[in-house]
Amino acid sequence: MDIPNINILRSKKFTNKLLNSINNIINDIDRPVKFMHVCGTHEHTISKYGLRSILPSNIEIISGPGCPVCVCPAADIDKIIELAKKKDTIITTFGDMIRVPGTNISLAELKAKGADIRIIYGPNDAVKIAKENPKKEVIFFAIGFETTAPLIGYEIQSGPPSNFSVICAHKLIPAALELLISQSQLNLDGFISPGHVSAIIGLKPYNIFSQGYHIPNVITGFEPNDVLLAILLLLNEKKEKKYNVLNEYSRVVKPEGNLIAQEIISDVFDSISSPWRGIGRIYDGGLAIKEKYHEFDAEKKFEIEIEVSRDIPPGCSCHLIMIGKLKPNECKLFRKKCNPINPIGPCMISREGNCNIYYKYYKK
Amino acid sequence: MSEKESLKVIRLAHGAGGILQEELINFITQNISLKNINNGIGVGELDDGATIPLENYDKELIITSDGHTISPIFFPGGDLGQLSICGTVNDILMMGGKPIALTSCYIIEEGFELQKLDKIVNSFNKTAARANIAIIAGDTKVMPRGTLNEIIITTTGIGIRNKSIKIEDKNLKVGDKIILTGSIGDHGTALMATREGFDISTDLQSDIALLSPIIDSIKNEIQNNYVHSMKDPTRGGIAGALNDWAKKNNLSIHIEEEKIPIKRQVQAICDMLGLDPYNIACEGRALLAVDSNHSERILEKIKETKIGNEAEIIGVVKVDNPKNVLLKTIVGGTRYIDMPIGEPIPRIC
Repeated sequence: MDIPNINILRSKKFTNKLLNSINNIINDIDRPVKFMHVCGTHEHTISKYGLRSILPSNIEIISGPGCPVCVCPAADIDKIIELAKKKDTIITTFGDMIRVPGTNISLAELKAKGADIRIIYGPNDAVKIAKENPKKEVIFFAIGFETTAPLIGYEIQSGPPSNFSVICAHKLIPAALELLISQSQLNLDGFISPGHVSAIIGLKPYNIFSQGYHIPNVITGFEPNDVLLAILLLLNEKKEKKYNVLNEYSRVVKPEGNLIAQEIISDVFDSISSPWRGIGRIYDGGLAIKEKYHEFDAEKKFEIEIEVSRDIPPGCSCHLIMIGKLKPNECKLFRKKCNPINPIGPCMISREGNCNIYYKYYKK
Repeated sequence: MSEKESLKVIRLAHGAGGILQEELINFITQNISLKNINNGIGVGELDDGATIPLENYDKELIITSDGHTISPIFFPGGDLGQLSICGTVNDILMMGGKPIALTSCYIIEEGFELQKLDKIVNSFNKTAARANIAIIAGDTKVMPRGTLNEIIITTTGIGIRNKSIKIEDKNLKVGDKIILTGSIGDHGTALMATREGFDISTDLQSDIALLSPIIDSIKNEIQNNYVHSMKDPTRGGIAGALNDWAKKNNLSIHIEEEKIPIKRQVQAICDMLGLDPYNIACEGRALLAVDSNHSERILEKIKETKIGNEAEIIGVVKVDNPKNVLLKTIVGGTRYIDMPIGEPIPRIC
């Protein structure tokens, strides 16, 4: 395996050059600007390298709904919990997902009570478990954005054993961005767009923002200088009064995206109107397994009945934090009743959640 | 009983060297009636070990206790036997002591192959010989299949030091320089890469080592109390160790990312999995808080040893922001380094 060359992308010399240019251009623009990213990993890069501490104070970077664990609605967790209670059932999912509560209980609590719930790193592990346990039903709780959808799609296409099925809670990023701009009063000056998602979907889905809303968009990588370069590009668009879709992460993202992955997604899934935790139902905001693969769709395979679900616990501000209207430290529970050891909302539970990241890298 | 929500059942995270582990240890130790002897360092200090000052004598004994478990038991660069000795000996060394003897207990699962046991015992004994520490007593237990994963070794180590030596966790001074003796995260990352089957790991090995050569190289500096405190950043990594210092001393530690040696493979694996190398365990590294007037000389001495040749001064102890660890990042930003909370796990997006 090749190790990528990260020297330039983490070089202080290059950082200083970028910061110089950023400072010059923001002086020319002469008003505060606000950019949003929509990816937990971008928030990690920004916080982990202390980028907010070196950027001019009139550039604000806010965080959108970029945590796949956080945006998964309680109703979907309630469904998987009902399935986990069945006899001879193994539930498989990604790490942090098991700690997020549904309306009443989390998978982790159910696991402690004896349910067979296993953390895996990829859907191929879930299929492997199904092959090893032919007498049990193995259900994969599929969450994530466009990045993880092709992986599960590929497993479904490849003909997994008949005791394997999926609860599909995948979400799609562009629809959520559009909802954010059209509905909320965020007054965004640009998007720092997610590199991993874009590697799959390419640049085209972002055209709506430049053409329909006149908001510039930079597909961005995950090294500190990637993010700073993206900010510089966005500022330049602002200054020139342009609103293009630009690709800072061209070493990974092709303009057309990953065509094979796109084919898998369109073969296996339909895009549907889908609920996001705390945000509501988003048109084209999620994926469902197509009719032709319904034998692997746990919702079709089993009758699941759930009661009315509750997304946001009382007092929690995750729904406002996820859309950038509040910062974690503006929530009255933050660092008090809500902390990583005793988390209340999903944004504190998930390591990709905004509150969890703020708790870790910023202080008091 | 504990009323804390986070301590209702014991989770793996309670053993990961972070905040939850502190809660567990507090729970276990809170009602001990006698916590130290002759005003020595006791269980309340939560140091690497304890001291028993000997009356009418200028020496004190150092006692440390450890349970050793690892998966897989044979890993790139070492095994459970070597780990058990290194862990015990290093704990004594980190208190400025000379290791003398240890006792051990092998707890073995029914069905464990003798061939594997032979390898582990061999490595245990050989490493003890290298460390010049006697194995003077022990115990064995065999547990029914399924009640234990293969094998656990527990040890109690005994060392000795001059009473004049002041080294302990609570002995940091404002202005102290922090020395790190080598690259971080090798051990934990090599293990994780083996478990997850990364082929990138072929040349990455655990940093497991006896820290004796480093301690020998600075013996005089330790006798002169120019070394104020030492820690081996095992579970919880350097993030855990530095936060522990900051908290216990009510001071802050400011470190610089560009000074911290990290191997390219370690960084690459951590980047891929979304892990923070600061939270990842080392088994052959030490952190030293040393008098700033003598720090350069101490660093040079450590650098002359084979296992310490990459040593660096990575930071300094300050008064502002007490109880916190601050990092100047490679691109010049500043952020906090938090006490790790649980087991490091990979990210999804």
